[in-house]
Amino acid sequence: MAIEVKIPTILRTYTNGEKAVEGKGDTLAALIDDLDANHPGLKGRLITDDGSLHRFVNVYVNDEDVRFTGSLDTALKDGDAVTVLPAVAGG
Amino acid sequence: MLTIDRATHDAIVAHARRDHPDEACGVVAGPAGSDRPARFIPMLNAARSPTFYEFDSADLLQLYKELDANDEEPVVIYHSHTATEAYPSRTDISYASEPNAHYVLVSTRETDVTEFRSFRIVDGVVTEEPVEVVDS
Repeated sequence: MAIEVKIPTILRTYTNGEKAVEGKGDTLAALIDDLDANHPGLKGRLITDDGSLHRFVNVYVNDEDVRFTGSLDTALKDGDAVTVLPAVAGG
Repeated sequence: MLTIDRATHDAIVAHARRDHPDEACGVVAGPAGSDRPARFIPMLNAARSPTFYEFDSADLLQLYKELDANDEEPVVIYHSHTATEAYPSRTDISYASEPNAHYVLVSTRETDVTEFRSFRIVDGVVTEEPVEVVDS
């Protein structure tokens, strides 16, 4: 099963400059593990040491922010579109 | 160096003044690779706070889709400080993740003068740059 994942500029160093890559997984967590196998280091930029999604990034599945759909447990299926964006925030 | 036209500069300052005492935020988009801030896009501060700003996550997605469709990028990312100087805070630095963007800080702490400064923030390193305001 293939899921398209859009990668923001700052993380394209992990994808050879590609704006979008493909991955697979039944959940967002599994997809990120799969992506990390092909693009080592990517996982560390998305997930904190304690295993939760980093607050510096927003991840959307089919335009829904995963914070509202179960975060890393969000279910995925073939053909879903995942977008990663850096949060724009500060103090 | 950030080169910005007078109208866009003034629009950023006006936005910051309007939202004071809350922080104001937004971007100025430009053609990808041009380094030319051309299209002023004020954003809602979803945090509505005098000490924090955050683009709403749905607005952020819409914005990036629009930029992508137009082959644009965020040339300037701006926000205001309403009680402190126009210099990136620790939080600003930790969130900064557009290495090609000019991070513009505006301070509205004084009622009669508005500080307007620009920075590059790359890998946690802040470098201030000159700002040239041009009449277009």
